Amino acid sequence: MSAPRMYKTEAVILRQRRLGEADRILCIYTPAYGKMDVKARGVRKTTSRMSGHLQPLTCCMLQLAQGHVNDVVAGCETLESFQPLRENLDRLSRGLYAAELIDRFAPERMHSFPTYRLFVETLRRLAEAEDLDQTLRFFEMRLLDQCGFRPELEACSGCGSRLEAVDNSFAPISGGVVCHVCAGGIAGAGVLSLNGLKVLRLLQHGSYNDAMRVRIEGPLAREVETHLRSFIVSVLERDVNAAAFIERLRREGARHAVEA
Amino acid sequence: MNESTPATAAPLARLIDELYKLPGIGPKSAQRLAYYLLRMPAEEARALASAIVEVKERVTFCSICQNVTEVDPCRICMDGERDRSIICVVEEPLDILAIERTQSYRGMHHVLHGAISPIDGIGPEDLKVSELLQRLRSGEVREIILATNPNLEGEATAMYLTRLLRPLGVLITRLARGLPVGGDLEYADDVTLKRALEGRQEIES
Repeated sequence: MSAPRMYKTEAVILRQRRLGEADRILCIYTPAYGKMDVKARGVRKTTSRMSGHLQPLTCCMLQLAQGHVNDVVAGCETLESFQPLRENLDRLSRGLYAAELIDRFAPERMHSFPTYRLFVETLRRLAEAEDLDQTLRFFEMRLLDQCGFRPELEACSGCGSRLEAVDNSFAPISGGVVCHVCAGGIAGAGVLSLNGLKVLRLLQHGSYNDAMRVRIEGPLAREVETHLRSFIVSVLERDVNAAAFIERLRREGARHAVEA
Repeated sequence: MNESTPATAAPLARLIDELYKLPGIGPKSAQRLAYYLLRMPAEEARALASAIVEVKERVTFCSICQNVTEVDPCRICMDGERDRSIICVVEEPLDILAIERTQSYRGMHHVLHGAISPIDGIGPEDLKVSELLQRLRSGEVREIILATNPNLEGEATAMYLTRLLRPLGVLITRLARGLPVGGDLEYADDVTLKRALEGRQEIES
């Protein structure tokens, strides 16, 4: 049976780019159709009735009409605008980071109910959470899991032996933690402390509430972030653009704090 | 892209290739434009070619406001009657034209040449932010109007600049946001309506 000429779907806008005089191409993420590009006509005009509903990081109900190349937005209504994300640069930068990861990991036109739910829940959490970075780490770990790139944290990903309760290494190219014997011959393997391993396991096995109950700060938080980021970069074979902006905000925030 | 075929002369194929590089121009549009240019009178074609060359050779960026200009500093920055204590920060040179059309702003401008878009890898270092900070060092400026677009990238840019400029002690303002003239209330999104309510004003008798 052919797809209907007009159809409705819930979606989160991931990113947008200009097209022609007043149109935009929106990259949207939907539960039933996965990631797809759609055309929104006339939304750059100030009189557009749709532009406010079609901003990135907005969850909306879209009515789409089938088009030759891209489907066209025929109607839209905001379901959730995650307002606190838009009013705080730290929250916004993390929200955009999550959107970029979805954009990079999600295949086009493939249904993705669990990952869609994870993404929307993450945006809600980023709009409210106190520890934004820990929320992102939980999202990263779950996203890797759901996309089939679950890091190996129980046994050495080099030789398969059981990991001892000591400092080991994390090697993205091997797919996870490696024992100190295997670490020597693997490029890009970095030291993973025992506490770092415990935090990674908590993120992998625990619920969001479990993960947020433990306060992860300072060098330990940076260690976990570095290893997860290197794993993601290794899988994607490219950097995550929004990470550089988050890093810049952190640097400038620390400088302002010192000056104050 | 277009290899020279018996059906397409080499210079025409080259023109199609060059037109195809322009934003918003696809392969078919590039072909149509190329054939249109081919049929154009030679004088008009030469005028177009010289206009393109001239704009590249003579137009530059104003060293003060970063607007496009053929004389540096630009006419707005040289205008002695404008209020130098206010700077209106915009994303693109075309935004200056829109603000000047209102004829209700007599301050100075600053063009950022873009907006922060972390997801596309565009950060503050890619914009003319350091040039704006340089202008504030004179101590002459008392207000910065953030006139970036009311979309996510524009808001991110405005929030970043607010964070950066607040310690300098200048007044930072943002263009009012709300319902557009000619718009319908029932179609307004939550964010716009919330800001319109926050910015409501008493009706003067």
